[in-house]
Amino acid sequence: MNGWLHHLPILPVLLPLLAAALLLLPGETRRGVRAAMALAATLAQLAVAIVLLGMADGRLTPAWPGDIAVYALGGWAPPFGIVLVVDRLAAVMLLLSAALALATLVYSLARWERAGTHYLSLFQLLLMGLNGAFLTGDLFNLFVFFEVMLAASYGLVLHGSGATRVTAGMHYIVVNLLASFLFLIAAALIYGVTGTLNMAELAQRVAQLSGHERTLFDLGALLLGIVFLVKAAAWPLNFWLPAAYGAAAPPVAGVFAILTKVGVYGLLRFATLLQDVDAPAPFGGDWLFYCGLATIAAGTVGVLAAQKLVRVAGFLVIVSSGTLLAAFGFAGTTLTGPALYYLVSSVLASGAFFMVIEMAERGRTVGADLLAVSAEAFGLQAKETSSEHPDEMGGVAIPAAMAFLGLAFFSCVLLLTGLPPFSGFVGKFALIAAAIAVPPEAPFLHAVLFGAALLLSGLAGVIALSRLGIRVFWDSERPTPRLQWLEAGPAAALVLLCAALALGAGPAMDYFDATARALYDTRAYVDAVLPAAGAGATK
Amino acid sequence: MEIVLALAIGTLAGSGIYLLLRPRTFQVIMGLSLLGYAVNLFIFGMGRLQSGAPPVIDAVRGADPALYADPVPQALVLTAIVIGFATTALFLVVLLALRGLSGTDHVDGREGESP
Repeated sequence: MNGWLHHLPILPVLLPLLAAALLLLPGETRRGVRAAMALAATLAQLAVAIVLLGMADGRLTPAWPGDIAVYALGGWAPPFGIVLVVDRLAAVMLLLSAALALATLVYSLARWERAGTHYLSLFQLLLMGLNGAFLTGDLFNLFVFFEVMLAASYGLVLHGSGATRVTAGMHYIVVNLLASFLFLIAAALIYGVTGTLNMAELAQRVAQLSGHERTLFDLGALLLGIVFLVKAAAWPLNFWLPAAYGAAAPPVAGVFAILTKVGVYGLLRFATLLQDVDAPAPFGGDWLFYCGLATIAAGTVGVLAAQKLVRVAGFLVIVSSGTLLAAFGFAGTTLTGPALYYLVSSVLASGAFFMVIEMAERGRTVGADLLAVSAEAFGLQAKETSSEHPDEMGGVAIPAAMAFLGLAFFSCVLLLTGLPPFSGFVGKFALIAAAIAVPPEAPFLHAVLFGAALLLSGLAGVIALSRLGIRVFWDSERPTPRLQWLEAGPAAALVLLCAALALGAGPAMDYFDATARALYDTRAYVDAVLPAAGAGATK
Repeated sequence: MEIVLALAIGTLAGSGIYLLLRPRTFQVIMGLSLLGYAVNLFIFGMGRLQSGAPPVIDAVRGADPALYADPVPQALVLTAIVIGFATTALFLVVLLALRGLSGTDHVDGREGESP
């Protein structure tokens, strides 16, 4: 194999870093140049992600031996140096984030990029953090990439400024800073007892711990799990989410749809690595299952209670997180494949939904869909500033704008609530089917609870969204919103991607099932990262 | 030495958490800073406490690991300090922006019925 392909796993980190730095060079006025640079960088990441996915799946000849690519940074061998690991899960998450990022980036180029400074650089840094978090095989490095991602997201959530955004952004920042401190304590505790930060070596060392060392490790892992649950917006750690996502600029909220899934990814990664040594509570089992159910319940109540479409969208993100947590907490391993399918579909759909909402609500008076009485109770009467909607750039009025928006809104509703014919339905159906088949380890009650939670949350979504949809679309006094192709295109592309995911559900589900099988084969992961240690462990 | 360090970490973390739960943004940022110090000391302590032991191997002392402090937590703590410093600076900017936009230093951007 040629040497260049061997360096492919580092590109998803390097490309956005370089792009973010270079984007600072051209002046703010040279929009064309900056837009082209940002687009080129994101497209390149998409291409790299596709190639990596092809290699991880064995469709393209891999540039490395075995299924799992291990890239040692600086050539330092694994237990001492930091490694990047590309397996099927990492590859599919990379592709998902690149696809979502491309759509939201194109959308924001139409108008929102101009609402503040350095938007494009921050956006690339966010991607760098995301990609790095998916790729890294080192606990502390995971913390660093989390911080890169969060630091960029702090900037993005404030993009456009205004009192509402700054207030919501401040709460978001405090919660995440606190979570970061917990992450540090967890990493230090785990290092203190195991003497390693490499995730593969960690999985091996834990088995040798006993007595109070094991207790300390469990405490560290517990804190780590709580950090991931905060990121994944599990109840009761999720009250920051609807406010922050609702206040953020729509393309930002769109790309944030994947941030909660980073927490889910972290949980899944550590749960599978530690499965042989009985990982502590947050990583699986009944505890996580009920936590997921509580999250679904909290999200469902929020969906029904919210009076503003963006808040409904925020609560739907919580429902989808809860669904994933409950699926991972479900005994047995058969739910993991369908859960990953559901993850991809729900991220794409939420991303599209945030954009569609903004387009559909354009031109309406702020708070038109609020009941006057409840406005104060929900604290939503905060002053809206003009920067909420940056310069209303005319744009060509697409004659069918309303028809397009209606169709897009309707598709998003179908996707998010899990009604046929789109991928949301396939995902939920596969999850419920796997749960009803009741893996031998699981009590029947769990299957019933899980199915009921999924169906009821879907029903609540349909009720809330049709109620608000009627207010938005059957409002005779409003002007037709003016759309630009740049804005309509990405939302449509994401919905079409979900449609494609539904059409190709067979191959996609095969891939996700293979991903789940590979994940639960901890041995393969450890052997790939530490080829020498694998032989030692068998002795 | 252990008990002194443990008490210091506990005091810092306790005060930090108390301040974090207060309603004024300045108290929150002080709380976050104190908590940051507690966490940094904690990471440092996780490398085991030793006095007079350098973290870098030195030809005169020889290569016996018992003579040296664990360098990894020291590297981690450096990273954590840098990241904590940057996020505190960012938080200060947000704090001032909120003060300017809302005219109050309450974390919710408006006065509650606090005393």
